[in-house]
Amino acid sequence: MRLDTDPYLSRYATRVNGMNASEIRALFAVAARPEVVSFAGGMPATSALDMEAVEAVVAGVIADAGALALQYGGGQGRPELRELLVEVMRHEGVPGHADDLVVTVGGQQALELVAKCFLDDGDVVLAEGPTYVGGIGAMSSHRAEVRHIPMDADGMDVDLLEEALERLRAEGRRAKYVYTIPNHQNPAGVSLSLPRRERLAELAERYDLLVVEDNPYGLLDFQDRRLPSLRSMIPDRVVYIGTMSKTFAPGVRTGWIAAPGPIRDKLVLLREAADLCPSNLTQMIVERWLSTQPWREQIKRFTELYRTKADAMLSSLQREMPPGVSWTVPAGAFYIWLTVPAGIDTSDLLAKAVGRRVAYVPGRGFYADGAGGDQLRLCFSYPELERIPEGITRLGELLHDELELVQAVFGDAAPSPDRRHGGPATGVGG
Amino acid sequence: MPDGPSIAVLSGGISLEREVSLRSGSRVADALSDRGHQVARLDVDGELVHTLDNGGFDVAFLALHGAAGEDGTIQSLLELIGLPYTGPDVLASALAWNKPIAQGLFARAGLAVPPRVTLSQQAFREMGATAAVDRIATELSLPLVVKPASGGSSLGLTIVEDTSRLPQAIVGAFSYSDVVLIEAFIDGTEVAVTVLDGHALPAVEIQPKEGAYDFAARYTPGATEFYVPARLDDLASAACARTAVTATESIGGRHISRADLIVDTQGTPWLLELDTCPGLTETSLVPLAAEAAELGFGALCERLVELALRDAESST
Repeated sequence: MRLDTDPYLSRYATRVNGMNASEIRALFAVAARPEVVSFAGGMPATSALDMEAVEAVVAGVIADAGALALQYGGGQGRPELRELLVEVMRHEGVPGHADDLVVTVGGQQALELVAKCFLDDGDVVLAEGPTYVGGIGAMSSHRAEVRHIPMDADGMDVDLLEEALERLRAEGRRAKYVYTIPNHQNPAGVSLSLPRRERLAELAERYDLLVVEDNPYGLLDFQDRRLPSLRSMIPDRVVYIGTMSKTFAPGVRTGWIAAPGPIRDKLVLLREAADLCPSNLTQMIVERWLSTQPWREQIKRFTELYRTKADAMLSSLQREMPPGVSWTVPAGAFYIWLTVPAGIDTSDLLAKAVGRRVAYVPGRGFYADGAGGDQLRLCFSYPELERIPEGITRLGELLHDELELVQAVFGDAAPSPDRRHGGPATGVGG
Repeated sequence: MPDGPSIAVLSGGISLEREVSLRSGSRVADALSDRGHQVARLDVDGELVHTLDNGGFDVAFLALHGAAGEDGTIQSLLELIGLPYTGPDVLASALAWNKPIAQGLFARAGLAVPPRVTLSQQAFREMGATAAVDRIATELSLPLVVKPASGGSSLGLTIVEDTSRLPQAIVGAFSYSDVVLIEAFIDGTEVAVTVLDGHALPAVEIQPKEGAYDFAARYTPGATEFYVPARLDDLASAACARTAVTATESIGGRHISRADLIVDTQGTPWLLELDTCPGLTETSLVPLAAEAAELGFGALCERLVELALRDAESST
């Protein structure tokens, strides 16, 4: 008798093909244990919020307008919130009007709605390599082909972007959009430089491109610097995504899209089909947070904390990493991107790392094409400051040990794994 | 069944197979409580002894996979506490966990085990084993299976078809264990035989839809086709059953075990390994065998609890 562990298999849509169980995901179940110093999850330090203030905000919403907060709302999101989100954008120098905005359930729903709005089977999207794993997930679930554009310390290499655009033109195809995280990119921790922004804007005009500008981290610059947004440069060609997850809290699941009118209208209809409307309750919490609390001060506090943590991680890396390991030096936000010597596979190594009670995210997850086996992401925003040196010491010992092992096993036959990644390997070497 | 035993289902822990274990654990706990038992689910952490001491439990159901849960560590602790538990005792667990030792015992018991080489990290670091790596391919012939000497779920396992890929596969397997096993790849029908209280259940044939029976093929519903009973002739079926029972006896196993075998074209069952704390998830092999034996998953779990209580009684 043939037994099928999934009798529904013939019924699924093609988009779920390839959605499989994964070893890496299974290892993260261990990484979440308190014994492990985890640099894996890209999470903000919500414990740094003033909880008394949050409590007052939440209680105030229910006390003043409980019935409304618990009711359905409109698909575009509450106008009062959209006005306030425009202020958040302005704080960063990003232009916009409340009418341009669609409130979403975090930035992730924004990525999903944009993918749903533009992508058919086999469509090409150009994205930084490496790029946000959830961005790849949203695009892949609509069966798009993600082609990566290598990066360096100045972000996406725009010359290589142009080459990719030329190649597409030669194939008689075009990119549906370019997906970029220009500020303190996840996972690479670098920003797109001003000259490259200008060049990207110029290429967008020349090749008639749409750009999806995903900006969760722009307000978390350690020096409080702001680079001009792509939206400010080529507003008609940009779908801009913002979120409150990093500047307030991911638990309120509040993000937004700012898009040209016709695109905005489609997005509202798509969102109504998906989940009808964002939660009135969390929208009103965010409204009250933004209208009654010193949110700009809170962002400063977060940024200061993250800068301290980044410094702790960078000085630990400098001290603990073996020769041949390099990493990016972040100027903001959450992440450091590490490249290890040939012969070490960061996916395989995760098991050993977890055994030594330290966790990271292996590089492969940030590429749609299997590259990144010699890279990994470290997140410094969430772990407690005191545990960062301890965790990096464990990682350093592990890499020292692994290098010795690789040399012992490979002997004279020096390992030469694929170096197809284009992630920024430059920066400070150990 | 208010008069029945109070059962602690142990799952999770900090092993690399934590997630699989949690899935096994919740399925077991649901099945036992559906049958009216008093069940508590416990994660394995620093509070475990305290919780077990004060929980008023009669028996522990081990749904643990990976080190500490399968290698005799928890079994030893439960002996000390005096709480009966499902699955083999300390020694049998430790023997089965160490694949090179277990394979030696299987071979000694006259079972067919793939030709193999065992290499430790120390052999590479301190004894220049690299100089001998080329001989592995000559000795065992390609393709080769490289895997850690302990642990399950195919973690760290690579099938090597080209000698140049061997060093990377060895380094990868060392991520999961200080010792690696390199075996000749046996071509044939992959089957798993569950041994329940000394008796073999019907063999389950495993046919991944794509590639090898790796982690994704094991835990993605629908990724693998199973045939129960396996499509083998009577002779081969009987040989598989005998092999599984003998293997279990050779390490002194009890209650439950699962033998993973390859039946070659001559009908010879080659024993790959014996798992003494087999997976009990929705896509796992033991539950499929239990269904085929018309036992059902709930009854299987209940039977294991009875066996644990029976053996505890007979040993006092």
